[in-house]
Amino acid sequence: MLAQRNPQLNAHGELIHLLSIEGLPRAVLTQILDTAGSFLSVNDREVKKVPLLRGKSVFNLFFENSTRTRTTFEIAAKRLSADVINLDIARSSTAKGESLLDTIANLSAMHADMFVVRHGESGAPYLIAKHCAPHVHVVNAGDGRHAHPTQGLLDMYTIRHYKKDFSGLTVAIVGDIVHSRVARSDIHALTTLGVPEIRAVGPKTLVPGDLREMGVRVCHDMVEGIRGADVIIMLRLQNERMSGALLPSAGEFFKNYGLTPEKLALAKPDAIVMHPGPINRGVEIDSAVADGRQSVILPQVTFGIAVRMAVMSIIAGNNA
Amino acid sequence: MKILIRQGRIVDPASGRDAVGDVAIAAGRIVALGSVSADFTPNRTIDARGLVVAPGLVDLATRLREPGHEHEGMLESEMAAAAAGGVTSLVCQPDTDPVLDEPGLVEMLKFRARSLNLSHLYPLGALTRGLKGEALTEMAELTEAGCVGFAQAEAPCRDTLVLHRALSYASTFGYTVWLRPQDAWLGHGVAAKGPLATRMGLSGVPVIAETIALNTIFELVRDTGARVHLCRLSSAAGVERVRRAKAEGLPVSADVAMANLHLTDVDIGYFDAAMRLTPPLRQQRDRDALRAALADGTLDVLVSDHTPVDADAKNLPFAEAEPGATGLELLLSLALKWGADSGQTLARTLATVTSAPAAVLGDALGTLASSAGRLVEGGVADLCLFDAGADWVVHADALRSRCRATPFAGYELPGRVRCTIVAGHPAYEAAEARA
Repeated sequence: MLAQRNPQLNAHGELIHLLSIEGLPRAVLTQILDTAGSFLSVNDREVKKVPLLRGKSVFNLFFENSTRTRTTFEIAAKRLSADVINLDIARSSTAKGESLLDTIANLSAMHADMFVVRHGESGAPYLIAKHCAPHVHVVNAGDGRHAHPTQGLLDMYTIRHYKKDFSGLTVAIVGDIVHSRVARSDIHALTTLGVPEIRAVGPKTLVPGDLREMGVRVCHDMVEGIRGADVIIMLRLQNERMSGALLPSAGEFFKNYGLTPEKLALAKPDAIVMHPGPINRGVEIDSAVADGRQSVILPQVTFGIAVRMAVMSIIAGNNA
Repeated sequence: MKILIRQGRIVDPASGRDAVGDVAIAAGRIVALGSVSADFTPNRTIDARGLVVAPGLVDLATRLREPGHEHEGMLESEMAAAAAGGVTSLVCQPDTDPVLDEPGLVEMLKFRARSLNLSHLYPLGALTRGLKGEALTEMAELTEAGCVGFAQAEAPCRDTLVLHRALSYASTFGYTVWLRPQDAWLGHGVAAKGPLATRMGLSGVPVIAETIALNTIFELVRDTGARVHLCRLSSAAGVERVRRAKAEGLPVSADVAMANLHLTDVDIGYFDAAMRLTPPLRQQRDRDALRAALADGTLDVLVSDHTPVDADAKNLPFAEAEPGATGLELLLSLALKWGADSGQTLARTLATVTSAPAAVLGDALGTLASSAGRLVEGGVADLCLFDAGADWVVHADALRSRCRATPFAGYELPGRVRCTIVAGHPAYEAAEARA
């Protein structure tokens, strides 16, 4: 095979796109988390803006709808003083038959500086990064089942905030891992940051044995999966997967893998509970847990803005 | 036209001949092989010193997109690509638009190919009408029109009853059925199921999609006695099933595509759509098993799986990209690379792309059955002259095929075709071969 350079990094090893956490050095992850920390205070100020991206145009390209993620990117870009253009591609040009690369070429001609891309197919942001102008930066806001790197980074920020250090942690990720880009990004980030035990918990239809090769312990039993955990990351179960050939019903899933106060008691007493949202109460998580004292689901959202500000400001400062 | 090829290294896998000598060609046939009498008066003499003189290649898996793409001149460009690759006989799949399920369509295609005066084209007819897997085609009529066998291409025959009857009917008349073993339900993914597909978030085709289909086919062969050619094996477990079936004496043969012989799923890299192929590239142990099986004869034939795809259909996210790649111009070089990597003699290497595929076609070749894929005095003069020592780098833009997609772009490969002769006339000559 022919060797290829990681397209996210320039020749100096600096981050020019954020496409996946896989293959990023620990130092780059730490740099993003540290930078996010410095932005958190901006969010608490009266005037919530810094001029780092003034005069730059950030295009939110959402080929798949997601109001929540798009909004957090929009807030992050605006707090960096960028101009933000939201394009709901799912309902516009591609519906008229325009190809992905034609869309990108047209938007590049409008002098975009950064594309924030959400797409239903794994790898789509790589195609965009490969074909856009050299000065344009691409941030993956979720592609198929492949990656959701800013979610992974905000999860790491959250864990570091509450646990300080990654080196002694046990992290359990519970639910539909096979279809989850969040789980993949979390796993890459956790292994890179040195977490010694990562568990993937769920039935065999949603947690394939191949995951072991990513450095995780596969647990099909919920009790085994969360016992002694420091961090529990619950994943959202998509509606279309709740009944069919993957799972018989949402109710049966909740019975086996839903996080209830009783099951949470098996984890460490100071364990935190995370969820990328939006949550399905009574499907993957009991309301008493989602709203309980160990839940850090809302702080995750707050940290998410700072992390996205960090990512955008760092890549905008590096040249291809 | 009378041609004298002088002092080439004549390699004929079927007879084992491997010696420097001359070849005389007249009226489309080889009239002398080894030594040529002094009274042979050629119109044209080709100096083959330093070149290998081999039978023209026989490629059992190609698509030329005709009918369906006449307006783009696809047949012309892809037949020119075949000649440039030293391929003098090619078998094409029936999944054209419309499907090759009517004798008239087959006759038209054969006529169009003949009028180009390039390589011999052997179409496979559709096994079922419209490849829908429901009703049988008129196999005898299609055979008369020029079909060399019957296939479902990539359209699965889900209904086992229909497949059973199709094999029964074909075996009545001794027709060969060409099937790619893949279970229709398990075969929906875009990459090989495994750690890499899981990591990349790509849907996977499991190995059992191949083995379950093979088990079904072998049971149907046992019951019907039909002769089946298995197209493009992809897995170690699949190879093992074929090995056992052959040991049992079932009338089956099998091939492997050159991409599966040289690449693995790791080559997908950063979602490179050029690696979007069917069957998908599997893991290293599968590739190693395919290479060993081609060496020991479990797999009979190496094929290019030439499948032209538009650039627009490749410039898409990996899963949305159309599977396929150009291949005719790379087949010889990738055969030679496999042969060199695995310590095969040149004759044994060439057998996988000459005499072995001709043997799969067998009597379906008609008058050419005794000489296609080999060098025989009195036989058809289909030859490939190549420089085994010339390495070249694959640049997609330099290929004759209209398709620019190839997983081998940038590879340095051995062996360069200098001249291709089809039925006694030069169908391709590299600039440096013209005297």
